[in-house]
Amino acid sequence: MGAAHPNEIRIEPGVAEAVSRLTVMPQRRYGIWVGTALALLVAFLIIRAFASNPAFAWPTVVSYLLHPSVMRGLGNTLMLTAVIMILAIVVGTVIAIMRVSPSPVLRAFAGLYVWFFRGVPALIQLIFWFNLSLLVREVSLTIPFVGTLFSVRTNDFMTPFFSAVVALSLCEAGYMAEIIRAGIKSVPSGQAEAASALGMPYRMILKRITLPQAMRFVLPPTGNEAINLLKMTSLVTFIAVDDLFYSAQSIYARTFETIPLLIVVAFWYLAVVSIMSVGQHFLERHFGRSDTRRDAVTMRFLRNIISLRGISR
Amino acid sequence: MSDVKDENRARFGVPADSMVFARGVRKSYGPLEVLKGVDLDVPVGSVACIIGPSGSGKSTFLRCINHLEKLSAGILLVDSQFVGYDLRDDKLYEVKDDLLCRRRAETGMLFQSFNLFSHMTVMENLIEAPTQVRRIPPDEAKAEAEILLRRVGLLDKVDRYPRELSGGQQQRVAIARAMAMKPKVLLFDEPTSALDPELVGEVLQVMRDLAESGMTMVVVTHEVGFAREIGDQLVFMDGGVIIERGAPREMIANPVSPRTREFLSRVL
Repeated sequence: MGAAHPNEIRIEPGVAEAVSRLTVMPQRRYGIWVGTALALLVAFLIIRAFASNPAFAWPTVVSYLLHPSVMRGLGNTLMLTAVIMILAIVVGTVIAIMRVSPSPVLRAFAGLYVWFFRGVPALIQLIFWFNLSLLVREVSLTIPFVGTLFSVRTNDFMTPFFSAVVALSLCEAGYMAEIIRAGIKSVPSGQAEAASALGMPYRMILKRITLPQAMRFVLPPTGNEAINLLKMTSLVTFIAVDDLFYSAQSIYARTFETIPLLIVVAFWYLAVVSIMSVGQHFLERHFGRSDTRRDAVTMRFLRNIISLRGISR
Repeated sequence: MSDVKDENRARFGVPADSMVFARGVRKSYGPLEVLKGVDLDVPVGSVACIIGPSGSGKSTFLRCINHLEKLSAGILLVDSQFVGYDLRDDKLYEVKDDLLCRRRAETGMLFQSFNLFSHMTVMENLIEAPTQVRRIPPDEAKAEAEILLRRVGLLDKVDRYPRELSGGQQQRVAIARAMAMKPKVLLFDEPTSALDPELVGEVLQVMRDLAESGMTMVVVTHEVGFAREIGDQLVFMDGGVIIERGAPREMIANPVSPRTREFLSRVL
């Protein structure tokens, strides 16, 4: 027995030497070199085209980059995005809670909402709300036996900006509702059950247990939605809201500097999207903190440095 | 309040020292009857252990005690009171949610999968229900929580998140969380089934301490050893009914029913 199962395996000196003589030869990846060369070539051609084609008119682009009406348009675009996103999150949360409620009536209503507002194209909803006065001439609150408390002509309050906010909020809320519902469903049912057993009522469980945990699932797609929404707000150009795209359009309609102004618009959209992506990263880290071990980020950072050192050695 | 208890005692023959009192408890899901008439008495300060094969209805019965499941028939009283109903003129009126919650908070429940709130630290888990449901000031709740955490030996983990703890530690925190509501009775739903074998002991030790301190406990478990040592009564359930009950030692040594004998021979 002792001979068959020795506590230590002895390595003969000759074997140890043979093992230490071995070297690993990395696999040769010719494809990567060919691919890199091709990509560099394409990049060079594109840059040359951009630089040499006078139609891009780079000096014109630069001169309009901080133009007052472009700035005002950018401000309106940002405000529209912020206001619509906040309203969409509020309405979407309510719809999502209705979709998971025990009442079949509420569930059906919420289902219909999502079906309609996600199903009809945003542009059509936008133009519909803008033209609401064709359908409803005036909005009034009348109480039987008391009389009309107030009455407003639809055209007076359905300004382009207001109809843009209403239309895109309701539309975006349909998408947010689905995201939040999926987030709520992703929280294990045991969490709500444990809260119930501790005597917490349904609303408190939603507010304190389910929704905060759903946040972790909801945030990444919400960031995407906000970025999509930022770009979707360019649709309001159709109803003459003075957003980034509309202000550029009104300039090139006059000066025929179409391409330079489109580049200005693209530049600002890209800039804002980039900032939003960074913000999203930090928000996700904040809400995922119970998920990772303490200082996990620092640890990963340190580990990366160490492994880099290992490679360079 | 004591009028209600006295009335229930007189009307249903509830013993004076009763904590959990079940008579003819039935529960169906559609055509499927999971509980087919369960009777049980758990006196104050005693430990009842329920064993039985999976699907025997023991977990469902436990969830009926704190009204997480509504009964289809029969009555179930905790401390001589209905949990989910008010009795008036032979009618059981379902109580409003806030009253149901208040009564439910008097029974603590422990789960196989611990179910600690994963977005909260250990301390936040412990003070959540006392501060939100009972409206106890946070400082007071924290002081209370520290005493409980010391009792389960996890005072050094107050600021940790559940994921940073082992299964055994999580279940001990869950016990402390349930105790923070000062329940009259603790219900355990297979508290050690999800644990690695070497972690079972630390949870059973905490449960043993609780039992010795006079806590009333109903424990659904596969730990027959624990039942023999700590249990005041042992109940064997199968197919939605209680097959056999008795003092744990004798029942384990000499089961009367062949089904009990067969089950015990498989788990021992």
